This record gives sequence, C-alpha cells and structure tokens, in this order.
Amino acid sequence: MTARPMLELQDVTKRFGTVEAVAGITFSVREGEIVGFLGPNGAGKTTTMRILAGIFPPTSGEVRVAGHDPLREPLACRRAVGYFPEYAPFYPELSVAGYLRLVARLKRVPPGSRGGAVARVLADCGLESVARRRVGTLSKGYRQRVGLAQALCGDPPILILDEPTIGLDPAQVVEIRELVRGLRGTRTVLFSSHILSEVEALCERVIVIAGGRIVGEGTPAELAARVGRRQRVVLRVHGAADAARAALAALPGTPRLEESHGTFVLEAASDGDLARLAGEAVQQAGLGLIELRQEPLDLEEVFLHLVRRGEQAS
Amino acid sequence: MSVLAIAAKELALYFTSLVFYALAAVFLALSGYLFYTNLDFYVRFGGMNLVLGLWQYQFYDMRQLLLVLVPLLTMRLFAEERRLGTLELLWTYPLRDVEIIAGKFLACFVVLLAIILPTFAYPLLLSRYQEIAWGPLCAGYLGLLLLAAAFSACGLFLSALTDSQLVAGASTYGLLLFFWIITWNEAAVSERALTVLRPFSLFDRFQVFMRGGIDTRDVIYLLLFAWVFLAFTFLALDSRRWRGLR
Repeated sequence: MTARPMLELQDVTKRFGTVEAVAGITFSVREGEIVGFLGPNGAGKTTTMRILAGIFPPTSGEVRVAGHDPLREPLACRRAVGYFPEYAPFYPELSVAGYLRLVARLKRVPPGSRGGAVARVLADCGLESVARRRVGTLSKGYRQRVGLAQALCGDPPILILDEPTIGLDPAQVVEIRELVRGLRGTRTVLFSSHILSEVEALCERVIVIAGGRIVGEGTPAELAARVGRRQRVVLRVHGAADAARAALAALPGTPRLEESHGTFVLEAASDGDLARLAGEAVQQAGLGLIELRQEPLDLEEVFLHLVRRGEQAS
Repeated sequence: MSVLAIAAKELALYFTSLVFYALAAVFLALSGYLFYTNLDFYVRFGGMNLVLGLWQYQFYDMRQLLLVLVPLLTMRLFAEERRLGTLELLWTYPLRDVEIIAGKFLACFVVLLAIILPTFAYPLLLSRYQEIAWGPLCAGYLGLLLLAAAFSACGLFLSALTDSQLVAGASTYGLLLFFWIITWNEAAVSERALTVLRPFSLFDRFQVFMRGGIDTRDVIYLLLFAWVFLAFTFLALDSRRWRGLR
C-alpha cells in the first residue's frame, strides 16, 4: 500500500531575474513521511520550500500540495501547510500566548477551539512556562520553538521546516529534533538542513539538492550505495615519508592517497582488504607503523560527493 | 472574517508598542493647545461669526497635525513586517492579499478614530457655555475622517514598496505635501494648468467640510483617492511576490 503524495513537484523552476534558483526539480513526499531536504547554502532549498508554502509561484512546472494546485486553490493549499521559515521571524512586542492566539485566528481556527489549539501547541513545544512573556525577550531556542508552535498551530497535515535548528546550541538542537521526531506518523514533514547528522537521525528518506537540481534521493543507505561503497584507511608512519608514499602508492587497486605530517589517508573501492595490505606494505618498506585504523565513510561524504557531482553538472 | 483577524493583529501590535500612545499623546496635547489658543483668540478678538470661525481654525489645525501623524502610523504597516520577515509568514496562512491590505487599512483607521474622536470633547465642553451648531461640526469631522482615510491609504501603499520604515514615512510626507501644495503657486502655474490641477488637490477638497458643508464630489474624491492607493498597494504586493521579492 502506498500512501498518497502530499507534496509533489514536477519540473519546477524558479528564476529571479537572470538567476535560476531552482532548475527543474521533481520529487514527491508521501503522507506520513519525514523527508530530509539537504543541500549546501544557496542550493535552492529555501526557494523550493517557499514555493511549496505558497509564498510565491514557480516560474514553470507543476506543484501540488495535498492534491491542490497552489495557483488555483491557494487557500486550500495554505490551510494544509504549516511553515517554519529560516530564522523564525517574530513580533517582538507580543506575548507568546497572545501571538499564538492571533495565529490561530489568522489560520481560521474556529473561535470555540482557539483556546484549546493554543494550549496544545504551547504544551507540544514546551512553551507553557514562558506563555506570558514577550517573544522579543526570549532566548533564541525559545523563539525557535515559538516559530515551530506557529507552524503547528491549527493542526496542518503538512509541515515544511526550513532549517529549524540553525543557530541553536547542541542541547537546543536535540530538543527541536525530539519535537520533530514526535510528529512521526501523524504529519508529513519536509525538513531542510545542511547538517547531516540531523537528517540521518530524523528522516527515513533524504533528497539532496545542489545548484538548483536534485542530485540524490533515497534512504541514507541507498545514497551511500549510489556513490559507490568505498573504504578509507588512516596510517601514521615513523620514518622516511617518501618511502612510505612509494610503498602505499604501489598497492593494488591504486587507492587515492593524501598525506599530511606523516599521516596518510588511503581511499579505495571497498573490495579487498585495504587496511591489512597497507600495514604490510609499510612494514616491508622497513618503516615503523604508529597507527593504523579504518574509518567508515559517513553520510557527510556521500553528501559532499553528490553535491560536487551536481555542481559540476550545472 | 480574515479582515478582522488581520485588523486584530495590527491593533495588538499598535497597542502593545509605544507607537500608539506616543502619537495619541502628541496629537491630543497639540490639538488641545491649539484649541485653547484658537478659543482664546476668538474670545478676545473674535468677530461676529464666533462659533463657525473657531471650528474652521480648529479643523485647519487638526488637518496639519494629521499630516504629521499619519505617515508615522502607516510607515510600519508593511515595511516593518518585511524587515522582520513576518510578511512571508503571513503569506503562508490562508489569507488573500486583499484581506491583508483591508485589515491593515482598517486597523490604521480605527487607531486614527481613537486618536481623533477624543477631540470631540472640545465642542462638548464648549456647549455648556455656548450654543453649538452640531450639523456643520459633524460635517467637519466627516471630512477629517475621510482625509485621514485618504492619507492612510497613501501611506499604506508607500509602506508596501520598501522594507525601510524611514523611507516609507518620508515618502508619504513628500507625497501628501505634494498633494497639498499642488495648487499653491498660482503665479508660477498657468491659469489653465491650475484648473486641471485643482481637482487633485487633497487639501482644497477639505475646504467645504471645514466650513461645515458636505459636497458629494469631495466625498467621492477622497474615497476614490483611498481606493486607488489601496489598489496600488495590491498591485505592489502582487508584483513583488511574483518576482520573488519579500
């Protein structure tokens, strides 16, 4: 059984004057999924999310939000989406609860259930203790939560979160992450970030964008497979660096070799026992081996690889 | 409904910040002082037509005060929202641009009403000692409110063009002043040009109201003036949005 798609983009482009921020992207997010939207700064993440949130229309291409066309039925689309913009804008003078009451009203929550809706998002976002304080006097972490509360207000089935953890300290990052994790199953979430560990921890599927194009899509494991399984070995060698370099370069499979201050990093395809071979080669050359370890290639490198490939293509 | 929701939001922002209180205090203090001096002038040196003359001068003064006050009220309406980034947020809520504009305009008008209406205390006080012709007085207030609406629409439009409150406020002053002095220099402007320009002078339109009359042409002109600037506001927002500007 496949859940119905809640967010769909088909060949979407967005041009600002002569700059093409988004250059023909196609993807969809199914109901109940938490999808990570990954890319370096300036890759087109925010532009894509703004199109989905209904802030501006695409230059060309088809967009569907909860099955609606944002150009024909803008209000139906916006009712379905809670949007958290990067840097969580706020009205500094309003109190947290007062602001959220206004948001509930603007989102057309019926008068009778507004109080309940506000109380629920205050509780969900851990804002009860600061409900009466003015938003401008809160710490960055709390303001970010107010931004999330505003997006959650009115129970939209889709959440579009643009870098919700940017500029937070590690403890706050964990809190926000837990909050988003708590939405699993009940909401469809598109979550952008340029921090990989975050996406890895939260999302079952990742979409990577670079230079306005989609350069990779799938589970973190699938993405790693697409880049090609590689292994990496780090060696610290005592003795003549030239001799060590020559010995390592002669290894079968011609691994990529980097060197700095007597530390060598080898990278090669994953078949073959690179670590053992490298260790033996160093010892046979009559050099001392101080350290030898194998490092896993993490999503970060998969990401960098995809981005580089995408930027070369565009 | 959504118009009221936007208006409620704007009013909350006006009343939680110092802007409203500061501007209301300045307006009421100055108009009270002006009323006192006008009254004093007419009691001491006044002619035959004491009551009518007094109110004409009072309306003239309040009009000047509005010219100073309204740009300070309207400049934040879109510019501040754009600077804060909250306009973007507003655009993701189920609201039409027309509702956003109407709500902001309504809130601004309510604030002006709250600032202008207390001045009705002057004739009420005076009516204890002197008979007041209420009809002409109400015509004057109608004119003042229509003028306030026209000013607000103009300020709202210029606020929608920039993210700098200062630029929005200064350009509103400029434009309103221009509509005032457009017919001033009769010597420099030819007779024919003057007949073309005169209908557009915002302040000439206030003359009849000030004297206690209501000319439908003036009412329609002021309403049209407001409507045109509200329509411009809509176009400005829409075009910036299509170009992806915030």
